[in-house]
Amino acid sequence: MSDKNIIIDIEHLSKSFGDHQVLKDISLYIRKGEFVTLLGPSGCGKTTLLRMIAGFLQPDEGTIMMEWDSKGGKTEFRDVAGIPPHQRPLNTVFQRYALFPHLDVYDNIAFGLKLQGVPKDEIDTRVRKVLKLVSMSDYEDRDVESLSGGQQQRVAIARAIVNRPKVLLLDEPLAALDLKMRQDMQIELKEMHQKLGITFIYVTHDQSEALTLSDTVVVMNEGKIQQIGTPIDIYNEPVNSFVADFIGESNILNGTMVHDRKVNFIGHDFECVDEGFGENNPVDVVIRPEDVYLGYELEGAQFSGTVKSCVFKGVHYEMYVETDSGNELQIQDYDAFEPGRTVQMLIHPDDIQVMKKERVENVIDCKVIDETHIEMFGEEFECAPISGNVESGIPAKARIQFSKVDLMDHEEEGNASGEVWFILYKGNHYHLTVKTESGEYVYVDTNDIWDKGDLVGIKILPEDITVETVDEQEK
Amino acid sequence: MSKRSNWAIPYLIFLVLFVVLPLVLIVVYALQDGNGNFTLSNVTRFFTDSDALSTFAVSVEVAIENTLICLLLGYPAAYILADKNLNKSAVTVILFILPMWINALMRTLATAELFNVFGFTLGKGTLLFGMVYDYLPFMIYPIYNVLLKMDKSYAEAASDLGATPVQVFGKVTLPLSMPGIFSGILMVFMPTVSTFAISEFLTNNKIKLFGTIIQENINSSMWNYGAALSLIMLVIIGLTTILLGGDEREVEGGTI
Repeated sequence: MSDKNIIIDIEHLSKSFGDHQVLKDISLYIRKGEFVTLLGPSGCGKTTLLRMIAGFLQPDEGTIMMEWDSKGGKTEFRDVAGIPPHQRPLNTVFQRYALFPHLDVYDNIAFGLKLQGVPKDEIDTRVRKVLKLVSMSDYEDRDVESLSGGQQQRVAIARAIVNRPKVLLLDEPLAALDLKMRQDMQIELKEMHQKLGITFIYVTHDQSEALTLSDTVVVMNEGKIQQIGTPIDIYNEPVNSFVADFIGESNILNGTMVHDRKVNFIGHDFECVDEGFGENNPVDVVIRPEDVYLGYELEGAQFSGTVKSCVFKGVHYEMYVETDSGNELQIQDYDAFEPGRTVQMLIHPDDIQVMKKERVENVIDCKVIDETHIEMFGEEFECAPISGNVESGIPAKARIQFSKVDLMDHEEEGNASGEVWFILYKGNHYHLTVKTESGEYVYVDTNDIWDKGDLVGIKILPEDITVETVDEQEK
Repeated sequence: MSKRSNWAIPYLIFLVLFVVLPLVLIVVYALQDGNGNFTLSNVTRFFTDSDALSTFAVSVEVAIENTLICLLLGYPAAYILADKNLNKSAVTVILFILPMWINALMRTLATAELFNVFGFTLGKGTLLFGMVYDYLPFMIYPIYNVLLKMDKSYAEAASDLGATPVQVFGKVTLPLSMPGIFSGILMVFMPTVSTFAISEFLTNNKIKLFGTIIQENINSSMWNYGAALSLIMLVIIGLTTILLGGDEREVEGGTI
């Protein structure tokens, strides 16, 4: 490794449980002393990745390289494949603490040191020191089950750091605590990290926790890394709509890049700072709620709208404003604006984040049955007449516009069925990701309100399914 | 008495008829001579009866041996059954528990018959074999239950803190499975002390156990001495329970 500051280097890691691929080609490096957070919704693979670093799971593909102190006192970089957890120079703070119920606080913390054969009086000093660090002195004789959640958490942290690991792995350590306790522990963790100088790898689904604690945030979804960056980068310059939606609050809108430094959305042209998206190309635009300036009379106003609602949120007011073009914007301001009044608005070029659209229509792998039928999502669909080679059984691609997919309340009403997987509000419509029973994704634009997890029937009119056979694409 | 507590009356009657009354009868008979006069001689007779005392010693010895063998065989079996990597099917668990569905007397008779067919001499070896065969499931099941319910993260945490697989077992898994072990010991030791059918069939009464003398006394109408011996056995079983289990509520192993 050329960069001496790197302590863990992960390359092309993949892992499947049965048919389900939980990690897809993950590459990532972690610098010494860094506080790295793996952030993502449940099921995104973050815990699997952590467990592989700890050695509880073995990757199917790819390597994990780790800084390693060999016996001769030399520090080398080695592939840890096949090395069991007890030999790895790291310790884990488990989600539900996993404190040994048959040992008291002292013996829980001394567990690792006793195994290493550390002399008794050194164990004593180290345990007391670390108890002090987590503010748990005087608790050493207590039964772990008599401690509160927060206290157990502290003991779990103490039990890990007393061994002076090179890397501390934390698996959603604050998830079981109440909000106030969680905020206090966040501050303490951050202080501990600075004091100890140990590399922390932290797993959470809580974006505010990730932004508060980390030097580097790794945003994951569906087994893939979406973005790696500092909290400020991730917040201000999300690379795709998933990251923009997951981190903080945001307005995600459909737009068109008119040309470099000029983007059109909500029916108006705006100056921006983004370049290289081509001309008249569809893009996604992210506007943070605090970046829209409001006024009854505003100098330099770019557009206007009507205040729909205004709620006090402690420090600021949160308002929903319907723009003159019929889009809804979430806006935060220190001043309240009366619902029903007309307001003028302005967005600075710096505050407009333009993102390449991940897709502009559904492109789905299917199989031709006959001239007007295809097999898609494991079901039969009628489609527009297929031109060209119509041999039964040949693979093809079906193109369907987002707005042409109809979702039905009852699964049996559709040709196929699925589950609402992810919802994105785009100012004047919802962009849904629906996971079909066959495990494929279909994207839907709709004005109807659905909830995540709703089971739906998927219906598409034959004329809206355009099928291209594969050899047609080759021409 | 509120209405709801009236519901307990049938059970109370049942308890009095089939638990309390027999116990009282045992005590009454144990403390009477043949003519119905109060005496302690039945109890003191046991402590001076060298035959009874040595039979008692043999019974306890056999029970301890049986319990130990069951523990040594049962723990690894329970461990393998509870480990999802080693045992992927619930059928194997049922196969281990299956013998308990068949009457113990039938199993013992069948075992004795098998020994006869293969020409084994009946004696202590066949006695222990029969006992282990009969009582092993009672050891496996509570331990299996505890191991199955044990949070896997304890073992992972130990391993994470530097424990080798052997150390993980010795320092975490084994201590945390103690409730199951205690439960298993209780369920094997207590019935073995009082058994008589197994020794009758599998040793042709060559080895007499404590249960055997009680049965002999009752059969030959020595009700008072038989009752006294039963009482002594009850006290011993009670003491074992208190010594091993302590507070019954803490025994998480569960019974069948």
